[in-house]
Amino acid sequence: MTSLHTLNQAPSNASLMQSCLSSLQPDDTLLLIEDGVYWLLDTHRAKFPIALNIKALRLDAQARGLLPLVPEVDLIEMDEFVHLSVTHDKIVSWF
Amino acid sequence: MTSSISELLDDEGYLRNLSDWSEDIAEHLAQEKHIQLTPEHWEIIYLLRRFYQNYEHSPAMRPLCKAVALDLGAEKGKSLHLLKLFPGSPAKVAACLAGLPKPDNCL
Amino acid sequence: MNAPKNILLMSRRAPYGSSAARDLLDIALTCSVFEQSVALLLLDDGVLQLLTNQDPQVIQQKNLNSLQSSLSLYDIEQIYVDADALTHHGIRHSELHLPVTLLNKVEISQLIANSDVVLTV
Repeated sequence: MTSLHTLNQAPSNASLMQSCLSSLQPDDTLLLIEDGVYWLLDTHRAKFPIALNIKALRLDAQARGLLPLVPEVDLIEMDEFVHLSVTHDKIVSWF
Repeated sequence: MTSSISELLDDEGYLRNLSDWSEDIAEHLAQEKHIQLTPEHWEIIYLLRRFYQNYEHSPAMRPLCKAVALDLGAEKGKSLHLLKLFPGSPAKVAACLAGLPKPDNCL
Repeated sequence: MNAPKNILLMSRRAPYGSSAARDLLDIALTCSVFEQSVALLLLDDGVLQLLTNQDPQVIQQKNLNSLQSSLSLYDIEQIYVDADALTHHGIRHSELHLPVTLLNKVEISQLIANSDVVLTV
């Protein structure tokens, strides 16, 4: 059973991210949405496990001025969000 | 003409959509307010439209004066000059003629 | 009319996830219209409000950078940023949309202590 975890809170909510990270299984995906996209900034990202499968919604990153500051490969479009939703067995929301 | 314009306005007489604005509409709204538009009016109207493009809101009186002073010179930025052109509440009247929303923070 | 007060508006929220950042600016502009002296202090996630290149049309919101650019026309020039928060997010001073003054923790506590009114948004 795989899970798609979505997280929508900015980095000051560190305990939310901590709870989310500790519940992740190896085949799970973490998708950052809304203010959660700030976690892609280098200083925050550096604290994540290396093997973590992490993505962020491009529109939310673009809205917040993050496109020049975060890695392109981690950004996904809305249709990929839909794809992830149906290729994982369930969705877990962290908010 | 008159009825079609009134359909574009909200309850307070401001244009609902920025993009519906034209010089004809400004003339029409000015007539209703008994204002005869001169080049001095138009330069304020176009300045307001640029203000809205840059800052995404209609200015209150103080920033309007400051923006006018910066763009058109200190004399024209005086509130007396603006009051003469747009009697009553210049920030509201001029925003209305420029097709902008009513200023939020206006006294 | 009473003497103007020193009003400090403080925010520690990221933009767009809530209306806090926009509310902060709306209050600031209104204070200015009433000729009060206004300072802004951005802490924690609040510093993210000042990132350049924001393009919130894609999520159907208005651009905060546009409203921020108009602050000087409202004579709001005192914009303070928690230096530790910038470091925490790995953001450089030069990546901010407005000229700001960086403050350390001691300076922040003095700023709060010296203000007549402090409003947190």
